[in-house]
Amino acid sequence: MDILNALVAFLNFVFVPGLAYGAQLALGALGVTLIYGILRFSNFAHGDTMAFGTMVTILVTWALQSAGIGAGPLPTALIALPFGIAATAALVLGTDRAVYRFYRKQKAAPTILVIVSLGVMFVMNGIVRFIIGVEEISFADGERFLVTAGEFRAMTGLQEGLAIRTTQAITVVTAIVVMVALFWFLNRTRTGKSMRAFSDNEDLALLSGINPERVVAVTWILAAALATTAGVLYGLDKSFKAFTFFQLLLPIFAAAIVGGLGSPIGAIAGGFVVAFSEVTVTYAWKKVLTYLVPADWAPDGLVQLMSTDYKFAVSFAILILVLLFMPTGLFKGKSV
Amino acid sequence: MNRTLLLFAFVAVLFLGTGMLQSWNSALGILNMALISAIMALGVNMQWGYAGLFNVGVMGFVALGGLAVVLTSAPPVPGAFAAGGWGVLGALVLGAATIAAAIQVWRRLPKGAVRTLALLAVLVVGFFAFRTVFDPAVAAIEAINPALFGNIGGLGLPVLLAWPAGGLLAAAAAWAIGKTALGLRSDYLAIATLGIAEIIIAVMKNEDWLARGVKNMISLPRPVPYEVDLQRSAAFVDWAQTWGFDPMTASAIVVKLCYAGLFGLVLVAIVALTELALNSPWGRMMRAIRDNEVAAEAMGKNVTRRHLQIFVLGAAVIGIAGAMMTTLDSQLTPGTYQPLRFTFLIWVMVIVGGSGSNWGAVLGGFLIWWLWVMVEPIGLTLIGTVTAGMADGSWLKTHLQDSAAHMRLLTMGLILLLVLRFSPRGLIPGR
Repeated sequence: MDILNALVAFLNFVFVPGLAYGAQLALGALGVTLIYGILRFSNFAHGDTMAFGTMVTILVTWALQSAGIGAGPLPTALIALPFGIAATAALVLGTDRAVYRFYRKQKAAPTILVIVSLGVMFVMNGIVRFIIGVEEISFADGERFLVTAGEFRAMTGLQEGLAIRTTQAITVVTAIVVMVALFWFLNRTRTGKSMRAFSDNEDLALLSGINPERVVAVTWILAAALATTAGVLYGLDKSFKAFTFFQLLLPIFAAAIVGGLGSPIGAIAGGFVVAFSEVTVTYAWKKVLTYLVPADWAPDGLVQLMSTDYKFAVSFAILILVLLFMPTGLFKGKSV
Repeated sequence: MNRTLLLFAFVAVLFLGTGMLQSWNSALGILNMALISAIMALGVNMQWGYAGLFNVGVMGFVALGGLAVVLTSAPPVPGAFAAGGWGVLGALVLGAATIAAAIQVWRRLPKGAVRTLALLAVLVVGFFAFRTVFDPAVAAIEAINPALFGNIGGLGLPVLLAWPAGGLLAAAAAWAIGKTALGLRSDYLAIATLGIAEIIIAVMKNEDWLARGVKNMISLPRPVPYEVDLQRSAAFVDWAQTWGFDPMTASAIVVKLCYAGLFGLVLVAIVALTELALNSPWGRMMRAIRDNEVAAEAMGKNVTRRHLQIFVLGAAVIGIAGAMMTTLDSQLTPGTYQPLRFTFLIWVMVIVGGSGSNWGAVLGGFLIWWLWVMVEPIGLTLIGTVTAGMADGSWLKTHLQDSAAHMRLLTMGLILLLVLRFSPRGLIPGR
């Protein structure tokens, strides 16, 4: 029995990675849910919007690095992030003007908009591949660790180490800042309130003089900012590859639906539910259990419920369960 | 009708042009995949055009068709079935029984904490029972000569039988998906099918006992003669030489023509059946349901049931095409199944061709597949012209030349957006 070591092993291998991953998913799901709430369609191009924003941020990071500008112990990408957000916002506003607005005026069915977003996804994916290629790019610099496993062991004298990477800490802190700012914006500002009114009842909002084009534009800018931040944090934490962001689409959608499409607080909760389920189901619990049970009870196998390759299956299973038993999600989203 | 004929004539000119300007061998290569793509597009068109079901899991059904080829026609692995075959089958039955029991618990017991606990208990016990039976059986199968086999092996049946088997396998999966996800909103079906497709590919990549996973299955049996055998046969070489062909090229072309004949037969059969179905009372009912579900329901039609039916039928058609594709490649490589290529490209075919129209789907299949293959060389030529004036070795020139290969996605996306905007009913509109 060694509860402290078991706890540290749990924190190190399950809680900290799950927290960082959950924050990234939550930011992605917030973008999806905002678009759904205001524009009323599932945006399949969201993953590639993330890829585009991350790509611009990487390019700016390289430029900053070659100019000798850095952020000290923090990754240079954090300075480059606003440029990435600006470029992505310009791109999605342009896309809205050139593509989506036509269908909005027509009041096209949501499925048509989803197919249109597939086309946008192709184009954005093509642009990203065209500009930066398909190779794996690692762009994190600065301090690698906040606390290394060795330091932690020396500090506490425990057998297990707890390593916290800088990128994980930055992810969580940035996510909290962004979420607080978003909720302040939605609940306290005039524009934010008009967005919520528009999402609740479009006709009533129009009658009370809310300018729909303005609401839509602000929504796209917010979605671009959220997507770029999520993409950059994910890229810093893991690495950037043109098509990994497409694969994130499924857990992101799962998170948004689990929380209730259209509900921002639901998207955050959904992100953490999906992330922690993925990590707990695919983690090999042998290490933690060995500390917890008497020595001769120690498990022989890995005590892994499912192999890591099936993490998609986990987000999917949660998605199906929620759809079957709670179709509007945990936080009562919309169901059109 | 004239417009349809003109469009098909245009596509024929594209293929003939490729044959004359490049080589007949590559033109036939494109044609074979175009035939398969047309069948996939027909399957998607049945689901989308007839019933408005938004399936973005095409890739999964294609892959299941491929898996069926391995399971039906690959040579049996000696001793594999005896080692763990019954164990695996038993475990799968146990898994299905667990799910069935869970559904019964949910339906029979009154709502409340007892029901939730009972459901959880059934699922947890079932899962561990499944793993206890499944894991040793899988280990036993994978231990058999893993460098060569390590899989359960096929039945060794003729490969043509694998095509209907692919359809059946895909249909069975579609039934299970449809039972859970149909009747939900349209976007939810899209996301559910997207997930299912990823899971099917993950299973095929990781379950080595099934079809060797990423170690790939190669040299699967073929329904047509091998090029080498033709080149060795004196009669064939004589025949080629009397017509003045090079025996090497002639053998490649003859093999491709054999495939094209087989695929063409399947395509004609499926088009004929779907056209008959669309013009029957059943087809009119399906279109009525698509256009107004509420009215159809008021007329006493069981909308969810009809949706399930068309979903399963469409998936079966896609599965047949998937099996044909694996037969054409004579190998199954789970790593090559990409959603952009196998799901979204098929969607571009259906939308460009014209949703709801079978001829449109076929035309879209041919046209878009030709473009998909040819965009790369065309893009290279284009970039070559653009960069001709730039200094050799300049950064921009190298970058542009390297990136030309990625023009495909951009072009497909633009085509999809332009068609949706300016001709939303497609080239050959359905009714």
